[in-house]
Amino acid sequence: MTALLSLAGVSKRFRGLLAVDGVSFEVTEGAVFAVIGPNGAGKTTLFNMIAGAIPPDGGSIAFAGEPIGGLAVDAICRRGVARTFQLVRPFPALSVEDNVIVGALLHRQDVAAAREHAYAVLRRLDLFDQRRRRAATLTLPDRKRLEVARALATGPRLLLLDEVMAGLRPTETDRMVAILRELNRETGVTILLIEHVMRAVMALASRVLVLDHGTVIAEGAPEAVVRDPAVVQSYLGTEAL
Amino acid sequence: MAARLLAGLPRRAVIALALVVGALVVAPWIVNDYLITVLILILYLAFTGQAWNIMMGFAGQLSLGHALYAGLGAYIAAALFTRYGVGPWVGVLLAMPVAAACGAIIGFLAFRFGVAGVYFAILTIAFAEFARIGFDHLAIVNAAAGLFLPVAQYTHNDLWRLRGDPTMFYYVILAATLAVLALCRILRQSRIGYFWLAIREDEEAARAAGIATFRYKMYAVMISAAVTSFAGVFYAFFYNNLFPEQVFNISQSIQMILGPIIGGVGTLFGPILGAFVLTGLAESLTAALTACGVDLPGAEQVFYGVCLLFVVGALPEGIWPWLSRRCGIAERTA
Amino acid sequence: MPFDVYLNVAVSGLLTGLVYGLMALGLSVIFGVIRVVNFAHGEMMSIAMFLAVVLFSAFHLDPLIMMVPIAAVLFAFGYALQSGLINPFITRPEHSQFLLLVAVGIIIVNVLLIVFGPDARTVQTAYGFDSFQIGPLIVDAAKVYAGAAAVLFAALLFAFFRFTRVGAAIRACADNHTGALVVGLNVERLYALTFGIGAACVGAAGAMMTLIVDVTPMIGPTYTLLAFVIVITGGLGSMAGALLGGLLIGLTEALAGLIFTPSAKSMFAFGILVLVLLFRPQGLLGKRAA
Repeated sequence: MTALLSLAGVSKRFRGLLAVDGVSFEVTEGAVFAVIGPNGAGKTTLFNMIAGAIPPDGGSIAFAGEPIGGLAVDAICRRGVARTFQLVRPFPALSVEDNVIVGALLHRQDVAAAREHAYAVLRRLDLFDQRRRRAATLTLPDRKRLEVARALATGPRLLLLDEVMAGLRPTETDRMVAILRELNRETGVTILLIEHVMRAVMALASRVLVLDHGTVIAEGAPEAVVRDPAVVQSYLGTEAL
Repeated sequence: MAARLLAGLPRRAVIALALVVGALVVAPWIVNDYLITVLILILYLAFTGQAWNIMMGFAGQLSLGHALYAGLGAYIAAALFTRYGVGPWVGVLLAMPVAAACGAIIGFLAFRFGVAGVYFAILTIAFAEFARIGFDHLAIVNAAAGLFLPVAQYTHNDLWRLRGDPTMFYYVILAATLAVLALCRILRQSRIGYFWLAIREDEEAARAAGIATFRYKMYAVMISAAVTSFAGVFYAFFYNNLFPEQVFNISQSIQMILGPIIGGVGTLFGPILGAFVLTGLAESLTAALTACGVDLPGAEQVFYGVCLLFVVGALPEGIWPWLSRRCGIAERTA
Repeated sequence: MPFDVYLNVAVSGLLTGLVYGLMALGLSVIFGVIRVVNFAHGEMMSIAMFLAVVLFSAFHLDPLIMMVPIAAVLFAFGYALQSGLINPFITRPEHSQFLLLVAVGIIIVNVLLIVFGPDARTVQTAYGFDSFQIGPLIVDAAKVYAGAAAVLFAALLFAFFRFTRVGAAIRACADNHTGALVVGLNVERLYALTFGIGAACVGAAGAMMTLIVDVTPMIGPTYTLLAFVIVITGGLGSMAGALLGGLLIGLTEALAGLIFTPSAKSMFAFGILVLVLLFRPQGLLGKRAA
């Protein structure tokens, strides 16, 4: 399968700190690709560069064969890369359905059609029953699913999920994993996720990349990566084995 | 068309709206001339409040220099009339694009360079002040001495040239206010309306959802500016005299925003309710003071200040959200 | 025009600019610490100006001497305003507080209008017509005294923030609100104190200003805007920036008034504001980006 997203030698420096140092990898279309690593490893910086929130200092980022490094956030989204935020940011005063309609309107002109699509997405994310509620009144797990719904409504080919399991209880984590797995299987949307919750990573990812101090220290199938001594040393600890 | 405009509003709201509009339509037959002028002022403020609301309530950009657009509209239409005899309905065709262009310039400068929030507000004030001082020295429009429209006669109503008695002006501003209300409703329910709300709520998240926020903020500013300029044209032809000191004054800008803030920023009926409440109470206050033989110039403004204080402090969302929830006529969505 | 005229006008502008600077210093302190945009700043100054006028016309008390009590009165006013009106709403979005102060400003202007009427008042001191002559330079004595008083007041303020415990506490609040709370500082009281200090600056500046301009209730908003231009130009949160900005604006205004027309001088101030907001939003000496 072709690489949907490819990074080559991407780096980012903040004043004296080299946050991301020559990172290269490819994400094939239809895969669920996880990026893990200790805090401060550069995962979110990497993410932000792919999503367009910050421009890379070096290297190249290509999506569907086209370079996207340095493009504006909204331009990248229009090309088919949607993201969620680590600290969820739904539109608080808008209803759940209006939040998702905003996403659906990206590639649709008609509000009614957008609403139809939004409803379909809400059903998939198990939020349809709460569609009239104001986003600000939702619980955290629901708000996380709302963010995913909004991102999904924009019709992306690549979905970037930033620690979407953070703060969720195990049952909620399982629910989110089930939704994402079904999503990937049924629609073929490629998912790139940053995660700390190993339970979710092992359940979802087809490929895992480990980042530490801005460099890649391991990449491969989840089972192999998890046993990699370097990974155990820097991040997982021996209990994980 | 009417069905689309009213879709989603609870029945009670539609009935209430119909009653209010009905009352306003027949008002000239019932009330005296003085009250007609008060109603004209209320509707003028409701109109400008709605126009301002497009920028602030929908797109979240705080403008404190909206008098700039009204002033431009007023001066352009008035100048065309006094110099070339061009009627206001043609004059407005020039006033609106010019105002929109000004809005575009301010918007471009601000959004391009990341000037937001309170700084944006200060920028808008600066431009309005610029215009005020600039027009004070502009010879073509008589500078500080003021521009006067020839006041012919009030014997017959000339709608084309907007010369006539107050009742004619009343119906013009009433129609305009209803039109702008319909415009806001349509915009709110359209794609652009959704994008504006998203930008207002969280601009960065809106961008992450693919919205070209710069472009849509520009639309909001330009539309708001153009609509406000129409009010300026009306102002010029109703009051028949224009002084830069008054027309572009910051107190005008502030008066324009009091209605929406007190009534409810971002809501559809907030600006109108705010205009009614504010002007209604202010006029009552003045009337009461006059009845007691007290003449306090500035008492009205103090009253406005106190109202603003009260609303910002106690009812930050404005009167309309609170009232509509109480009476069960709240709108369904945001 | 001969060089002398430019020089005189420039120096006069610089001296006025010192008073502007003191006024803006108050605003900078308030914004730098409390992060509140005091839109009633100029209006507060007009209160001080009217106090000076009244004290002078009733008791012949020189504004420069009355500077201290007037500053004290404004301090109390500012303290009360912050504790009573702004502190309770400190967690609201910034445009809420902004509008609160807009409202206060409107009320002040119009109460002054009701009490004093729209006519201009002046203060004519004994030295009002005196001037100093240094070579080609002829400067109004009143302006020199006002400028000197401004510098003195500003120096005292710098010293306060640098060398006193309370001053350090206030600077701590400005740097890190949560941190200040964590170490047990009574942030609300310190905020009230800060607003009071900012108001005192404006009070003193107002007293000095009566020696330079005529006083009407309507000048409040003009000075508010001017204070913002100065603070933004000099750099929000920078005390030295406020003084520098004041000097710059005072100078520009005076020269613009000379070269073009007096009534257009505010336009240049606004022009500078627009340029600064666009190209250097942190101002000349500002620490962080706006």
